[in-house]
Amino acid sequence: MAIEIVITDLVKRFGTSAALDGVSARIRGGLLTGIVGPDGAGKTTLMRTLAALMLPSEGSVSVCGRDIVTEAAAIHNITGYMPQRFGLYEDLTVMENMRLYADLRGLDTGSSGDLFTRLLGFTGLAPFAGRLAGALSGGMKQKLGLACALMAQPQVLLLDEPSVGVDPVSRQDLWRMVQELVAQGMAVVWSTAYLDEAERCQDVLLLNQGRIVYSGAPAALTARLQGRSYLIRDLTGNRRQALTEGLQLASVRDGVIQGAAVRLVLKEGAPQDEIAALARRYRAQLLPTAPRFEDAFIDLLGGGPGGRSGIAEQMPAIPQRGEVMVRCRDLTKRFGDFTATRDVSFEVTQGEILGLLGPNGAGKSTTFKMLCGLLKPTSGTAEVVGLDLRRHAGRAKIQLGYMAQKFSLYGPLSVRQNLDFFAGVYGLTRAQRRERVREMIQIFELTPLLDESPDDIPLGFKQRLALACALMHRPKVLFLDEPTSGVDPITRREFWTHITGLVGKGVTVMVTTHFMEEAEYCDRVALVNRAELIALDTPDALKAMAADEALPDPTMEQAFIRLIERQNAIADARERAA
Amino acid sequence: MRRLLALIRKESYQILRDPAALLITFALPPILLFLFAFAVSLDVQGVRVGVVLESDSPQARSLAAAFAATPFLQVTPARHREDVEDRLVAGELKAFAVIPADFDTRLLQGQGQAAIQIITDASNPNTATFTAGYLQGTFSGWLQSQGTTANSTARIDVQPRYWFNPELQSRRTLVPGAIALVMTMIGTLLTALVMSREWERGTMEALLSTPAALGEIILSKLLPYFLLGAMATAGCAFLAVRVLGVPMAGSFWALMLISATFLVPALGQGLLISTVSKNQFLASQLAVMTGYLPAMLLSGFLFEIQSMPWLVQWLTYLIPARYYVSSLQTVFLAGDVWPLFLRDMAGMLAVGAVFFGLTRLKSRRTLD
Repeated sequence: MAIEIVITDLVKRFGTSAALDGVSARIRGGLLTGIVGPDGAGKTTLMRTLAALMLPSEGSVSVCGRDIVTEAAAIHNITGYMPQRFGLYEDLTVMENMRLYADLRGLDTGSSGDLFTRLLGFTGLAPFAGRLAGALSGGMKQKLGLACALMAQPQVLLLDEPSVGVDPVSRQDLWRMVQELVAQGMAVVWSTAYLDEAERCQDVLLLNQGRIVYSGAPAALTARLQGRSYLIRDLTGNRRQALTEGLQLASVRDGVIQGAAVRLVLKEGAPQDEIAALARRYRAQLLPTAPRFEDAFIDLLGGGPGGRSGIAEQMPAIPQRGEVMVRCRDLTKRFGDFTATRDVSFEVTQGEILGLLGPNGAGKSTTFKMLCGLLKPTSGTAEVVGLDLRRHAGRAKIQLGYMAQKFSLYGPLSVRQNLDFFAGVYGLTRAQRRERVREMIQIFELTPLLDESPDDIPLGFKQRLALACALMHRPKVLFLDEPTSGVDPITRREFWTHITGLVGKGVTVMVTTHFMEEAEYCDRVALVNRAELIALDTPDALKAMAADEALPDPTMEQAFIRLIERQNAIADARERAA
Repeated sequence: MRRLLALIRKESYQILRDPAALLITFALPPILLFLFAFAVSLDVQGVRVGVVLESDSPQARSLAAAFAATPFLQVTPARHREDVEDRLVAGELKAFAVIPADFDTRLLQGQGQAAIQIITDASNPNTATFTAGYLQGTFSGWLQSQGTTANSTARIDVQPRYWFNPELQSRRTLVPGAIALVMTMIGTLLTALVMSREWERGTMEALLSTPAALGEIILSKLLPYFLLGAMATAGCAFLAVRVLGVPMAGSFWALMLISATFLVPALGQGLLISTVSKNQFLASQLAVMTGYLPAMLLSGFLFEIQSMPWLVQWLTYLIPARYYVSSLQTVFLAGDVWPLFLRDMAGMLAVGAVFFGLTRLKSRRTLD
């Protein structure tokens, strides 16, 4: 039986809305197929249907010749499925989880020992076999998930957004493993909102609003954009400002910051004079560049969100005095005998974006939480707006806005009630509260969703709502903890438009992210590894620091991986010596 | 079979690593048992009462002395009713008896019942009834001892015999009832939590994508908790008999058989709850509302079912703990009464069948 998945006119309805609306496709063995699309496009529903965990409302799916409705059990036997959320038992060890899945799959004990050794080696989990799964870092959890899904020795492997919340080093590992499996002939389906991943797939299904808008090799889609992508390089002045201006030009379809340059995509058939003028204003070079998948993706979905931020326009400008807004000295946090953060010191001046980067479990979140007064440091000091968080946490908190990793909205409350609550919690007067809530609803276009629960609205809107709640009291300093994890490129662009606008008004921003392209939006990047601050500089300086003959012009992601590996080697050598 | 064993092994590891499950199984039973054995008591002993002596006749004094000598009562003597009235209002006294100034004359007129007056604080009706009963009983006892002088003809000699619980200790009925509570907690609450935990943590999705059958997943949840319940029963029985001194008239095996039968509806209820709710918080609330509270209030353990309104009496037939408490009290106090056990076990199995049937209807092997 050929290894393939055939999807015919698949429709899946929840209530009256269709999550999948007539999807037809063919997924072949020996290929890595990416399922790509913005949030709410139907990626997870499609994956669950392929795994025979959801029944189609109409149409049919066959996996290696077996129908998902009538032969679900047979499909479970030949497919490995890794759900979006870590689906393993946190209170079992790595080995116990693997053994459970081996038994559920009916592997005979003789050969399973072999398979275990191989999988542990393959995933690099061998040293952690006895560790509880809950104590693993995000990247290692995903590797364990993969190991358990591979226990089926499957013909078809379904991975639902496996790289969300995973640092670049682990992402690279996962990618390498999957490549190997594809080479063995397996059909691997990898769903993702990250387009750099999609670009590396051999085949993609691009979903939008439950329909397939493109299927085929990513390069073929990218080729359609030939001649429309440009880079503005060697700018003098602020890149973010240049991008904002570029996005407002009539001839521009999309734009992002890419490394030291600004990348702009023209509308179909648009002339390049406007962007040439822009480049001249910044005394920069305008160079045509090869299109990439992301340009094509955004173009296919109707272009980026533009460069204007309604919220930033509403914010009163904070006078720029070059003050230090966030300062920490020798910040240390220990949990028992585990040191999460060790002697971290830095300063952030007003109107700056400081990015905090590091692998999973490096201590980013801990450092972050100490800076916004959610955790008490074991030693060292943290100040925000000149107020010591140890003594004046309450007063400092009025001046700062915090957007947590999972957005921290209240599911049982409606969208409007969430807004009212956050307005109230920051001690605004009644009139101010009414005014701000009205303003946020208007700017973030929340009107149609006011009575819904934040749990039920699309991720993009959830993010807008969380940002609205964090900005309700017009804070001077904004803390964003992985604000764009798992968010699609369009929503991410919109988010950065707001952040850029806010910074333009004098707001200071601290942000953590796993998304290396976002690091390029930062004025400076602090790299944290193994609880220590290992580098703090502009993105360009960090890339220069990582460059060598073999790789003279590394991307941010390559620089990140190199700097981390370099420090790990030094630390390991130090440990061996001691 | 191998899949089932693997799932059971997984479940056992999880139980052993979950402090909450261990606490409910091993720490809760002794706590509840001791609580019902010592802190909660339906017996009245050393109740504070006032005795207002308005007459100084030898007979009145003799009656007052009889009250004072009763072990159930702790008497505060007074001369005027105003003295004790305030203390009753203040809650210091539960009742008082008035021996009026014309006590002797009333006694001689033969209206014995009206000879004294008893006032009780009825804000706790249970205690009020008991106390009034004791005061009256003491008075009748005294009357009999005065038989020669009192105007009494053709008296019927009543000698009460209390069967099954000759010391009338409520501990002896409360401790078996508490075992029912413990088993409800283990059976219903823990099971309700484990299934919903799988949904909440997303592990169910991964599990369903394997060849494991739904029946295997469910069975792997039930068997370990069944075993846990059986262990808790044995532990409770040991504590009740050896430590708390509750006599055990029936056999240990009858107790285990009845308890095992009770676990069928208890686990079934937990399973149904977690199938419907898929959320641990809601599941625990439902388990307490539909499992624990009815086991406490409607099982006949604290409150007599016969004295409930007929509608509520009917309702109790739906509550598995009702059958269990009845059998438990019998096996501890009366002995192995098989006709009663079989009837109760049939009731428990019937309720269990309903729960399992509903669970089967509600369970899907898909995510929609």
